[in-house]
Amino acid sequence: MSTSSSKSVKQDSFTVSLTVGAYGIAFGAAAVADHFTVLQACLLSLLLFSGASQFAVVGVMGAGGSAISAIATSTLLGSRNALYGLRLAPILSHRGIKRALGAQITIDESTGVALSQSTNEEMKKGFWYTGIGVFIFWNFFTLLGALGANAIGNPSAWGLDAAVPAAFLGLLWPRLKDKKSWGVAESAVMVALALAPFAPAGVPIISCAIISVIVGWRE
Amino acid sequence: MSPQWIAVIGASFLAYALKYIGSSIPESWLAHPRIQRINNLIPISLLSALVAIQTVTDKTKFVIDQRAAGVAVAAIALLLKAPFWLVVVSAAATSALVYKFI
Repeated sequence: MSTSSSKSVKQDSFTVSLTVGAYGIAFGAAAVADHFTVLQACLLSLLLFSGASQFAVVGVMGAGGSAISAIATSTLLGSRNALYGLRLAPILSHRGIKRALGAQITIDESTGVALSQSTNEEMKKGFWYTGIGVFIFWNFFTLLGALGANAIGNPSAWGLDAAVPAAFLGLLWPRLKDKKSWGVAESAVMVALALAPFAPAGVPIISCAIISVIVGWRE
Repeated sequence: MSPQWIAVIGASFLAYALKYIGSSIPESWLAHPRIQRINNLIPISLLSALVAIQTVTDKTKFVIDQRAAGVAVAAIALLLKAPFWLVVVSAAATSALVYKFI
């Protein structure tokens, strides 16, 4: 019984790791298309290691934004990882070096697999297997994507300029579950586009965080 | 140091700090439902703004080009419940074709 469930945790973790990690290829390519070097693309995957935040760093700067607005947007997008850590802390009960290492792999996927298990032991396994698995595949595919984009030259000719907003749309889509989330999304599009002609690049994006604060504050 | 390096180092540092703080602070600090609600809505507003800005603007100008075609196809793919990789690949292929032929 315990062997079979531990096997299924491993299978879940592996499947998630490979499928999610493979998108590292899109990130590596997008980073290079947005004028980051291969080394910088790889360091973002190693050190930042949070998909949406990484895309935001290269996307904001690719659109001409400053480093500050790139960092601010990335950090706001990464704030959910703090809440994941909070949710997982009593389950993992890590200390010292394990907590420090576990923190780096506290992301959507490791949290998702961990919380979908039924026993504490399986949750721990799900967290570590998935976190480490995604980390390995994500970094490997980032390098591939960055090298590939470096080799092919003009990103527009390969459609990479549309791949980044399409990836954002794909990350956004599952979150649009009800009227409230659609309302926030529509307002953000309008505010961002209204500010775009006047505000410095990057500012129209980060400004939209206020919409979430206003809507989330009420009710 | 180039702006890219500042962004890489600054964003990476803060991302780790958030992850570490989350795993270390008492649960009651962030357990307030208002914080949870706002936190759930943050990705929605930021990702929506990113999609809009990257699809139809170039610096401070509005530009409708191959990117809009690609993202429109991505939206259709999502409506048809396509997997993420297919969404990205169909957008890129559409954009590349429009760029080449129009």
